[in-house]
Amino acid sequence: MFKKSDWTDQKIEIIIANLLRAGVSLAALVVLTGGIIFLVRHGHEPTGYHVFAGEPSDLRNWKGILHSAFALRARGIIQLGLLLLIATPVARVAFSVFAFLLERDWLYVGVATFVLLVLFYSLLGSAL
Amino acid sequence: MNNLEFTVLVGLGSFMAGFLGALTGLGGGVVLVPLLALVFKVDIRYAVGASLVSVIATSSGAAVAYLKDGFSNIRIGMFLEVATTVGALVGAFIATKVSTSAIGTVFGLVLIYSGYLSSRTPVDHPSDEQPDRLATRLGMNGVYPSLNGPKSYFVHRVPLGFGLMFGAGGLSGLLGIGSGAVKVLAMDQAMGIPFKVSTTTSNFMIGVTAAASAGVYLSRGYVDPGLAMPVMLGVLAGSLSGARVLARTKTRQLRWVFAAVIVALGAEMIYGAFTGKL
Repeated sequence: MFKKSDWTDQKIEIIIANLLRAGVSLAALVVLTGGIIFLVRHGHEPTGYHVFAGEPSDLRNWKGILHSAFALRARGIIQLGLLLLIATPVARVAFSVFAFLLERDWLYVGVATFVLLVLFYSLLGSAL
Repeated sequence: MNNLEFTVLVGLGSFMAGFLGALTGLGGGVVLVPLLALVFKVDIRYAVGASLVSVIATSSGAAVAYLKDGFSNIRIGMFLEVATTVGALVGAFIATKVSTSAIGTVFGLVLIYSGYLSSRTPVDHPSDEQPDRLATRLGMNGVYPSLNGPKSYFVHRVPLGFGLMFGAGGLSGLLGIGSGAVKVLAMDQAMGIPFKVSTTTSNFMIGVTAAASAGVYLSRGYVDPGLAMPVMLGVLAGSLSGARVLARTKTRQLRWVFAAVIVALGAEMIYGAFTGKL
Protein backbone atom coordinates (compact mmCIF):
# COMPACT_ATOMS: atom_id res chain seq x y z
CA MET A 1 0.00 0.00 0.00
CA PHE A 2 2.79 2.42 0.92
CA LYS A 3 5.41 1.02 -1.44
CA LYS A 4 4.49 2.66 -4.73
CA SER A 5 4.00 6.18 -3.41
CA ASP A 6 7.12 5.95 -1.26
CA TRP A 7 9.23 5.06 -4.22
CA THR A 8 7.91 8.03 -6.18
CA ASP A 9 8.24 10.33 -3.18
CA GLN A 10 11.83 9.29 -2.69
CA LYS A 11 12.69 10.04 -6.30
CA ILE A 12 11.08 13.46 -5.95
CA GLU A 13 12.91 14.15 -2.72
CA ILE A 14 16.27 13.35 -4.27
CA ILE A 15 15.58 15.67 -7.21
CA ILE A 16 14.48 18.41 -4.81
CA ALA A 17 17.53 17.93 -2.62
CA ASN A 18 19.84 18.31 -5.60
CA LEU A 19 17.91 21.37 -6.75
CA LEU A 20 18.40 22.91 -3.33
CA ARG A 21 22.08 22.06 -3.31
CA ALA A 22 22.58 23.70 -6.70
CA GLY A 23 20.70 26.81 -5.58
CA VAL A 24 22.59 27.10 -2.31
CA SER A 25 25.96 26.49 -4.00
CA LEU A 26 25.26 29.24 -6.52
CA ALA A 27 24.07 31.61 -3.80
CA ALA A 28 27.12 30.88 -1.63
CA LEU A 29 29.43 31.47 -4.60
CA VAL A 30 27.85 34.85 -5.35
CA VAL A 31 27.95 35.85 -1.65
CA LEU A 32 31.59 34.76 -1.42
CA THR A 33 32.53 36.74 -4.53
CA GLY A 34 30.79 39.85 -3.20
CA GLY A 35 32.35 39.24 0.21
CA ILE A 36 35.88 39.11 -1.16
CA ILE A 37 35.34 42.34 -3.09
CA PHE A 38 33.80 43.90 0.04
CA LEU A 39 36.79 42.93 2.22
CA VAL A 40 39.35 44.05 -0.36
CA ARG A 41 37.68 47.44 -0.64
CA HIS A 42 36.40 47.96 2.90
CA GLY A 43 38.30 45.41 5.02
CA HIS A 44 40.10 47.99 7.13
CA GLU A 45 37.09 50.20 7.80
CA PRO A 46 35.56 49.93 11.27
CA THR A 47 32.33 47.95 11.70
CA GLY A 48 29.13 49.65 12.76
CA TYR A 49 26.47 47.07 13.51
CA HIS A 50 25.78 48.09 17.11
CA VAL A 51 23.57 50.94 15.89
CA PHE A 52 20.62 50.08 13.69
CA ALA A 53 20.25 52.38 10.69
CA GLY A 54 18.45 50.06 8.26
CA GLU A 55 19.73 49.28 4.79
CA PRO A 56 19.62 51.85 1.97
CA SER A 57 16.58 51.46 -0.26
CA ASP A 58 18.55 49.91 -3.13
CA LEU A 59 19.41 46.94 -0.90
CA ARG A 60 15.82 46.37 0.20
CA ASN A 61 14.08 45.10 -2.93
CA TRP A 62 15.03 42.89 -5.84
CA LYS A 63 15.07 45.66 -8.44
CA GLY A 64 17.47 47.80 -6.42
CA ILE A 65 19.61 44.77 -5.56
CA LEU A 66 19.91 43.74 -9.23
CA HIS A 67 20.87 47.28 -10.19
CA SER A 68 23.44 47.51 -7.42
CA ALA A 69 24.91 44.09 -8.21
CA PHE A 70 25.28 44.80 -11.91
CA ALA A 71 27.00 48.07 -11.03
CA LEU A 72 29.50 45.69 -9.31
CA ARG A 73 29.00 47.17 -5.86
CA ALA A 74 30.23 44.63 -3.32
CA ARG A 75 27.25 44.94 -1.01
CA GLY A 76 24.87 44.64 -3.97
CA ILE A 77 26.55 41.41 -5.12
CA ILE A 78 26.29 39.89 -1.63
CA GLN A 79 22.66 40.91 -1.44
CA LEU A 80 22.01 39.30 -4.84
CA GLY A 81 23.47 36.06 -3.48
CA LEU A 82 21.16 36.29 -0.47
CA LEU A 83 18.22 36.85 -2.79
CA LEU A 84 19.18 33.67 -4.70
CA LEU A 85 19.34 31.87 -1.38
CA ILE A 86 15.85 33.03 -0.42
CA ALA A 87 14.66 31.82 -3.82
CA THR A 88 15.80 28.20 -3.23
CA PRO A 89 13.00 27.15 -0.87
CA VAL A 90 10.53 28.95 -3.13
CA ALA A 91 11.81 26.88 -6.07
CA ARG A 92 11.49 23.79 -3.92
CA VAL A 93 7.83 24.44 -3.22
CA ALA A 94 7.20 25.25 -6.88
CA PHE A 95 8.81 21.95 -7.86
CA SER A 96 6.68 20.13 -5.28
CA VAL A 97 3.51 21.50 -6.90
CA PHE A 98 4.73 20.07 -10.20
CA ALA A 99 5.67 16.73 -8.61
CA PHE A 100 2.29 16.33 -6.90
CA LEU A 101 0.64 17.11 -10.24
CA LEU A 102 2.60 14.25 -11.81
CA GLU A 103 1.40 11.96 -9.02
CA ARG A 104 -2.17 13.25 -9.51
CA ASP A 105 -2.33 13.96 -5.80
CA TRP A 106 -4.78 16.85 -6.04
CA LEU A 107 -4.99 17.43 -2.30
CA TYR A 108 -1.27 18.10 -2.11
CA VAL A 109 -1.25 20.10 -5.34
CA GLY A 110 -3.61 22.45 -3.46
CA VAL A 111 -1.55 22.41 -0.26
CA ALA A 112 1.73 23.17 -2.05
CA THR A 113 0.11 25.87 -4.21
CA PHE A 114 -1.17 27.64 -1.11
CA VAL A 115 2.32 27.63 0.44
CA LEU A 116 3.75 28.96 -2.83
CA LEU A 117 1.25 31.84 -2.86
CA VAL A 118 2.18 32.83 0.70
CA LEU A 119 5.86 32.93 -0.31
CA PHE A 120 5.11 35.05 -3.38
CA TYR A 121 3.07 37.42 -1.28
CA SER A 122 6.00 37.91 1.10
CA LEU A 123 8.70 38.30 -1.53
CA LEU A 124 6.89 40.30 -4.18
CA GLY A 125 5.19 42.44 -1.58
CA SER A 126 8.63 43.69 -0.61
CA ALA A 127 9.27 45.00 -4.14
CA LEU A 128 6.35 47.38 -3.98
CA MET B 1 37.36 46.05 15.21
CA ASN B 2 37.58 46.41 11.43
CA ASN B 3 35.49 44.61 8.83
CA LEU B 4 38.13 41.97 8.11
CA GLU B 5 38.60 40.92 11.75
CA PHE B 6 34.87 41.03 12.32
CA THR B 7 34.20 38.82 9.28
CA VAL B 8 36.72 36.18 10.38
CA LEU B 9 35.47 36.01 13.99
CA VAL B 10 31.78 36.06 13.08
CA GLY B 11 32.46 33.44 10.39
CA LEU B 12 34.07 31.09 12.92
CA GLY B 13 31.27 31.59 15.45
CA SER B 14 28.67 30.99 12.77
CA PHE B 15 30.42 27.77 11.73
CA MET B 16 30.05 26.41 15.27
CA ALA B 17 26.40 27.53 15.45
CA GLY B 18 25.60 25.81 12.16
CA PHE B 19 27.44 22.64 13.20
CA LEU B 20 25.56 22.29 16.49
CA GLY B 21 22.29 23.34 14.89
CA ALA B 22 22.46 20.61 12.25
CA LEU B 23 23.49 17.92 14.72
CA THR B 24 20.58 18.59 17.04
CA GLY B 25 18.01 19.49 14.40
CA LEU B 26 17.40 22.76 16.24
CA GLY B 27 18.92 25.04 13.61
CA GLY B 28 21.80 27.49 13.87
CA GLY B 29 19.67 30.57 14.50
CA VAL B 30 18.93 29.67 18.07
CA VAL B 31 22.55 30.28 19.16
CA LEU B 32 23.42 32.70 16.37
CA VAL B 33 21.33 35.69 17.44
CA PRO B 34 22.57 35.58 21.07
CA LEU B 35 26.12 35.20 19.76
CA LEU B 36 25.83 38.25 17.52
CA ALA B 37 23.86 40.37 19.98
CA LEU B 38 25.72 39.51 23.18
CA VAL B 39 29.28 38.79 22.04
CA PHE B 40 29.61 40.98 18.95
CA LYS B 41 27.27 43.76 20.17
CA VAL B 42 25.29 43.73 16.92
CA ASP B 43 21.88 45.44 17.01
CA ILE B 44 19.34 42.67 17.46
CA ARG B 45 17.49 43.66 14.26
CA TYR B 46 20.61 43.14 12.13
CA ALA B 47 21.33 39.94 14.06
CA VAL B 48 17.84 38.62 13.42
CA GLY B 49 18.04 39.54 9.70
CA ALA B 50 21.38 37.79 9.20
CA SER B 51 20.23 34.79 11.20
CA LEU B 52 17.05 34.36 9.20
CA VAL B 53 18.96 34.32 5.93
CA SER B 54 21.47 31.81 7.28
CA VAL B 55 18.63 29.61 8.50
CA ILE B 56 17.59 29.20 4.86
CA ALA B 57 21.15 28.21 3.97
CA THR B 58 21.23 25.66 6.79
CA SER B 59 17.98 24.09 5.75
CA SER B 60 18.56 23.99 2.01
CA GLY B 61 22.24 23.04 2.29
CA ALA B 62 21.63 20.10 4.62
CA ALA B 63 18.66 18.81 2.63
CA VAL B 64 20.84 16.60 0.41
CA ALA B 65 22.47 14.87 3.35
CA TYR B 66 19.13 14.33 5.06
CA LEU B 67 16.96 13.30 2.12
CA LYS B 68 19.32 10.66 0.81
CA ASP B 69 18.92 8.92 4.18
CA GLY B 70 15.19 8.70 3.44
CA PHE B 71 14.29 10.12 6.84
CA SER B 72 12.06 13.07 5.98
CA ASN B 73 8.37 12.96 5.04
CA ILE B 74 7.48 15.36 2.22
CA ARG B 75 3.71 15.26 2.84
CA ILE B 76 3.92 15.98 6.56
CA GLY B 77 6.35 18.79 5.78
CA MET B 78 4.27 20.38 3.03
CA PHE B 79 1.00 20.19 4.96
CA LEU B 80 2.48 21.75 8.08
CA GLU B 81 4.19 24.46 6.02
CA VAL B 82 0.75 25.96 5.45
CA ALA B 83 0.72 26.76 9.17
CA THR B 84 4.39 27.78 9.48
CA THR B 85 4.47 30.17 6.49
CA VAL B 86 1.32 32.04 7.52
CA GLY B 87 2.65 32.16 11.09
CA ALA B 88 6.00 33.45 9.83
CA LEU B 89 4.38 36.34 7.96
CA VAL B 90 2.44 37.32 11.09
CA GLY B 91 5.59 37.05 13.23
CA ALA B 92 7.69 39.17 10.86
CA PHE B 93 5.09 41.95 10.87
CA ILE B 94 4.99 41.89 14.68
CA ALA B 95 8.82 42.06 14.75
CA THR B 96 8.77 45.40 12.94
CA LYS B 97 6.33 46.87 15.50
CA VAL B 98 7.81 45.92 18.89
CA SER B 99 10.92 47.13 20.77
CA THR B 100 14.29 45.35 20.67
CA SER B 101 14.14 44.58 24.38
CA ALA B 102 10.77 42.88 23.88
CA ILE B 103 12.29 40.75 21.11
CA GLY B 104 15.27 40.00 23.38
CA THR B 105 13.00 38.90 26.23
CA VAL B 106 10.87 36.64 24.05
CA PHE B 107 14.07 35.26 22.54
CA GLY B 108 15.44 34.46 25.98
CA LEU B 109 12.26 32.67 27.01
CA VAL B 110 12.24 30.65 23.78
CA LEU B 111 15.89 29.69 24.34
CA ILE B 112 15.22 28.46 27.86
CA TYR B 113 12.17 26.54 26.74
CA SER B 114 14.09 25.06 23.78
CA GLY B 115 16.81 24.00 26.17
CA TYR B 116 14.27 22.29 28.38
CA LEU B 117 12.66 20.54 25.42
CA SER B 118 15.90 19.33 23.93
CA SER B 119 17.10 17.91 27.25
CA ARG B 120 14.15 15.55 27.38
CA THR B 121 14.71 11.99 26.32
CA PRO B 122 12.79 11.24 23.14
CA VAL B 123 10.13 8.60 23.66
CA ASP B 124 10.10 5.93 21.01
CA HIS B 125 6.55 5.38 19.94
CA PRO B 126 5.40 1.78 19.51
CA SER B 127 4.84 0.98 15.86
CA ASP B 128 1.76 -1.20 16.47
CA GLU B 129 -0.45 1.84 17.22
CA GLN B 130 -3.71 2.25 15.34
CA PRO B 131 -3.58 4.60 12.34
CA ASP B 132 -5.27 7.97 12.79
CA ARG B 133 -8.09 8.64 10.30
CA LEU B 134 -7.21 12.24 9.43
CA ALA B 135 -3.49 11.53 9.12
CA THR B 136 -4.24 8.54 6.89
CA ARG B 137 -6.50 10.62 4.66
CA LEU B 138 -3.69 13.19 4.39
CA GLY B 139 -1.26 10.45 3.35
CA MET B 140 1.13 11.20 6.22
CA ASN B 141 1.98 7.70 7.44
CA GLY B 142 5.35 6.52 6.27
CA VAL B 143 8.39 4.31 6.62
CA TYR B 144 11.86 5.12 7.94
CA PRO B 145 15.10 3.13 7.97
CA SER B 146 16.03 1.64 11.35
CA LEU B 147 18.65 -0.85 12.51
CA ASN B 148 16.17 -3.69 11.90
CA GLY B 149 15.31 -2.58 8.37
CA PRO B 150 12.46 -0.31 7.22
CA LYS B 151 9.99 0.51 9.99
CA SER B 152 6.53 1.97 9.40
CA TYR B 153 4.96 4.68 11.56
CA PHE B 154 1.56 6.29 11.99
CA VAL B 155 0.94 10.00 12.48
CA HIS B 156 -1.48 11.26 15.16
CA ARG B 157 -3.12 14.46 16.43
CA VAL B 158 -2.79 16.46 13.22
CA PRO B 159 -4.82 19.52 14.41
CA LEU B 160 -2.65 19.93 17.53
CA GLY B 161 0.52 19.63 15.45
CA PHE B 162 -0.84 22.14 12.95
CA GLY B 163 -1.60 24.66 15.72
CA LEU B 164 1.87 24.27 17.24
CA MET B 165 3.35 24.78 13.78
CA PHE B 166 1.55 28.11 13.44
CA GLY B 167 3.24 29.14 16.68
CA ALA B 168 6.59 27.86 15.41
CA GLY B 169 6.20 29.94 12.25
CA GLY B 170 5.30 33.02 14.30
CA LEU B 171 8.42 32.66 16.44
CA SER B 172 10.53 32.10 13.34
CA GLY B 173 9.29 35.35 11.80
CA LEU B 174 9.57 37.28 15.06
CA LEU B 175 13.04 36.08 16.08
CA GLY B 176 14.74 35.14 12.82
CA ILE B 177 15.26 31.55 13.91
CA GLY B 178 14.19 28.28 12.33
CA SER B 179 12.10 27.32 15.37
CA GLY B 180 13.41 23.79 15.05
CA ALA B 181 12.71 23.05 18.72
CA VAL B 182 9.00 23.83 18.43
CA LYS B 183 8.75 22.04 15.10
CA VAL B 184 10.38 18.92 16.52
CA LEU B 185 8.12 19.19 19.59
CA ALA B 186 5.02 19.35 17.40
CA MET B 187 6.03 16.33 15.33
CA ASP B 188 7.91 14.21 17.84
CA GLN B 189 5.76 14.77 20.93
CA ALA B 190 2.33 15.86 19.65
CA MET B 191 2.04 13.90 16.42
CA GLY B 192 3.99 10.84 17.49
CA ILE B 193 6.40 10.91 14.56
CA PRO B 194 9.75 9.11 15.13
CA PHE B 195 12.51 11.45 16.31
CA LYS B 196 14.79 11.11 13.28
CA VAL B 197 11.88 11.71 10.92
CA SER B 198 10.84 14.74 13.00
CA THR B 199 14.26 16.38 12.96
CA THR B 200 14.85 15.85 9.25
CA THR B 201 11.34 16.94 8.28
CA SER B 202 11.82 19.95 10.55
CA ASN B 203 15.02 20.84 8.70
CA PHE B 204 13.18 20.49 5.42
CA MET B 205 10.44 22.89 6.58
CA ILE B 206 12.70 25.52 8.14
CA GLY B 207 13.90 27.02 4.85
CA VAL B 208 10.39 27.51 3.52
CA THR B 209 9.23 29.04 6.79
CA ALA B 210 12.20 31.40 6.86
CA ALA B 211 11.68 32.41 3.21
CA ALA B 212 8.16 33.53 4.11
CA SER B 213 9.46 36.11 6.59
CA ALA B 214 12.66 36.93 4.67
CA GLY B 215 10.75 39.15 2.24
CA VAL B 216 9.46 41.27 5.11
CA TYR B 217 12.92 41.51 6.71
CA LEU B 218 14.57 42.47 3.44
CA SER B 219 12.10 45.26 2.70
CA ARG B 220 12.53 46.67 6.23
CA GLY B 221 16.31 46.88 5.80
CA TYR B 222 17.14 44.25 8.45
CA VAL B 223 19.39 42.24 6.12
CA ASP B 224 22.88 43.78 6.03
CA PRO B 225 25.16 42.21 3.39
CA GLY B 226 28.40 42.87 5.30
CA LEU B 227 27.07 41.01 8.33
CA ALA B 228 25.00 38.36 6.56
CA MET B 229 27.99 37.31 4.39
CA PRO B 230 30.18 35.71 7.12
CA VAL B 231 27.11 34.49 8.98
CA MET B 232 25.58 32.75 5.98
CA LEU B 233 28.84 31.21 4.73
CA GLY B 234 29.88 30.12 8.21
CA VAL B 235 26.55 28.59 9.12
CA LEU B 236 26.33 26.82 5.75
CA ALA B 237 29.78 25.23 6.11
CA GLY B 238 29.01 24.29 9.72
CA SER B 239 25.64 22.76 8.99
CA LEU B 240 27.00 20.69 6.11
CA SER B 241 29.67 19.25 8.41
CA GLY B 242 27.07 18.66 11.11
CA ALA B 243 24.65 16.84 8.83
CA ARG B 244 27.46 14.57 7.73
CA VAL B 245 27.99 13.22 11.24
CA LEU B 246 24.27 13.21 12.18
CA ALA B 247 23.60 9.59 11.27
CA ARG B 248 26.32 8.23 13.57
CA THR B 249 25.77 10.43 16.59
CA LYS B 250 23.99 9.53 19.79
CA THR B 251 21.38 12.27 19.88
CA ARG B 252 20.65 11.98 23.61
CA GLN B 253 24.03 13.08 24.99
CA LEU B 254 24.27 15.80 22.42
CA ARG B 255 20.87 17.19 23.34
CA TRP B 256 21.98 17.49 26.96
CA VAL B 257 25.07 19.50 26.07
CA PHE B 258 23.18 21.73 23.67
CA ALA B 259 20.36 22.23 26.17
CA ALA B 260 22.81 23.60 28.75
CA VAL B 261 24.31 26.06 26.26
CA ILE B 262 20.88 27.22 25.13
CA VAL B 263 19.56 27.82 28.65
CA ALA B 264 22.65 29.85 29.54
CA LEU B 265 22.24 31.99 26.41
CA GLY B 266 18.54 32.46 27.17
CA ALA B 267 19.26 33.77 30.67
CA GLU B 268 21.88 36.13 29.24
CA MET B 269 19.43 37.43 26.61
CA ILE B 270 16.78 38.23 29.21
CA TYR B 271 19.39 39.89 31.45
CA GLY B 272 20.58 41.92 28.46
CA ALA B 273 17.04 42.96 27.57
CA PHE B 274 16.30 44.16 31.11
CA THR B 275 19.57 46.03 31.53
CA GLY B 276 19.12 47.75 28.16
CA LYS B 277 22.18 46.14 26.55
CA LEU B 278 20.32 44.81 23.51
